[in-house]
Amino acid sequence: MSLPDDRSTAPTDEPVEWVLKLYVAGQTRKSIAAFANLRHLCETHLRGQYRIEVVDLLENPRLAKGDQIVAVPTLVRQLPPPVKKIIGDLANEERVLVGLDLRPAAGRQGV
Amino acid sequence: MSLEALAKTPTGIEGLDEITGGGLPRGRTSLVCGSAGSGKTVLGMEFLVRGARDFGEPGVFMAFEETERELAQNVACFGFDLEALAAQGKLALDHVFLERGEIEETGEYDLEALFVRLGDAIDTVKAKRVVLDSIEVLFGGLQNEGIVRSELRRLFRWLKDKGVTSIVTGERGDGSLTRYGLEEYVADCVILLDHRVSEQISTRRLRIVKYRGSFHGADEYPFLMGQDGISVLPITSLGLNHEATEERISSGVPDLDAMLGGKGLFRAGSTLVSGTPGTGKSSLAAHFALAACKRGERALYLGFEESAAQILRNMKSIGLDLRPWVDKGLLHLETVRPSSLGLEAHLVAMHRLVVEVDPRVIVVDPISTFLSPTNGAAVKSMLTRLVDYLKTRQITALFTHLASPEQDLGPSEQGVSSIMDSWLQLRDVERDGRRSYGILVLKARGMAHSHEIREFVLSDHGIRLGGICTQESTGAAGR
Repeated sequence: MSLPDDRSTAPTDEPVEWVLKLYVAGQTRKSIAAFANLRHLCETHLRGQYRIEVVDLLENPRLAKGDQIVAVPTLVRQLPPPVKKIIGDLANEERVLVGLDLRPAAGRQGV
Repeated sequence: MSLEALAKTPTGIEGLDEITGGGLPRGRTSLVCGSAGSGKTVLGMEFLVRGARDFGEPGVFMAFEETERELAQNVACFGFDLEALAAQGKLALDHVFLERGEIEETGEYDLEALFVRLGDAIDTVKAKRVVLDSIEVLFGGLQNEGIVRSELRRLFRWLKDKGVTSIVTGERGDGSLTRYGLEEYVADCVILLDHRVSEQISTRRLRIVKYRGSFHGADEYPFLMGQDGISVLPITSLGLNHEATEERISSGVPDLDAMLGGKGLFRAGSTLVSGTPGTGKSSLAAHFALAACKRGERALYLGFEESAAQILRNMKSIGLDLRPWVDKGLLHLETVRPSSLGLEAHLVAMHRLVVEVDPRVIVVDPISTFLSPTNGAAVKSMLTRLVDYLKTRQITALFTHLASPEQDLGPSEQGVSSIMDSWLQLRDVERDGRRSYGILVLKARGMAHSHEIREFVLSDHGIRLGGICTQESTGAAGR
């Protein structure tokens, strides 16, 4: 059962916490940009409802195989399901929203 | 420019190290391309397995199409136990899963995670060999071709810095070696695999398209995928000569040796014995094998029509007791059921037996099993390779061929006979007004031989040759 301005694809209308994992390989221009873009997006559309985890593959190389990561940066929508994967520095906010299957917050249309 | 020879890593794959002059370029990346099913994955895997088992070089296999489990299952038939090697820390497998629909590309990125995975695997097993199969999948899975290409360039440089010898596989493109032009990035060595199926016959060929800084055969080499993996059969006559030996050995029938320049057959030569059913071809073949055993030489008798028991019984009835020689381990009777096996499977079996038994003479009885009006050219090519292979091993060969009564000089027989050094024909003849069989030396390269038809008799004491005959003119057999 979903309400018209539902912000997530979850069937309930209770606020759901979004868990987003950002995979990077060390501190690079791209990874810093990706993190900044992600925070901005989350503050704009998921304020108070999100948690970002940064996974540095240089420190945890096994996770690249375990979580099937090929490119960096890669953003994975872990929760709520379904899992979605997006690669790139997240500069294109609209595409990120589409990729995450996240509707923009009402009155705060993303660029 | 340095004239230092390119260092090579032996692959351990039968025949491949010979035609590459030592193996693949050490520390560099080689490209193996070919259409689907041509054997690229098997070749890559065998390179790693042999590296780990026989050369003490652990390896990493990065698979973009098959899962680790599928890979293990697919190569188990070759005796490659991937799980065991992985457990011993000699092999690392990584299946990279990339699905285009899943990913939205939203800006700049690179493939550093791939490098991280590969680097971790290499460091974990201390790999010296790497296979990427097939890295072209990256092009299908990622939208930004520019990034993929530049990262591939970076990857090959990175592999070189890592000091590993690598193989990347690529699928054959239309008019180009690979669909995405991987050959641009791989400058040192390119191998092309080809696989064609016509009728029951599956023909596999390998060609070294490029090998910088090294002499390589430019020809296509047929190869087989047998129980132990890939076997490339080098054409030794390419630029090299077989040692032309002068030694002669007995055919097993002294009167026949007399027809052959008085001395018999050439060692390491090939002889075709043809005739209509019942003329005694197998009996002659048995004499030939027996003569070898009596000389203390191992003989391999490959029967495609009768069982070993039948052969032993039939020969006993003409006074040839083969049993003691079998018991002594000098006569190896192997019967291979023809039925649904294709030519390639037979060749694999024969090849393997030759290597296992290591005979000095071989009988193939009959080769007619393989010949049919439609596949003549392919079979002739395969037989040429086989005969050549036997010659290099200095094995004297005798092939029997069942000629049909309608045409005993049919096209398939003629085609095959040109490969052989000697051709003995058994035919229906007339002798003193009665029907009999005769033997004629149609050809015997390198020797003076009789041109007469001598009567050919299967007696209680083996084959005996009688006097000169004339041919019977009963329409069908003989000409």
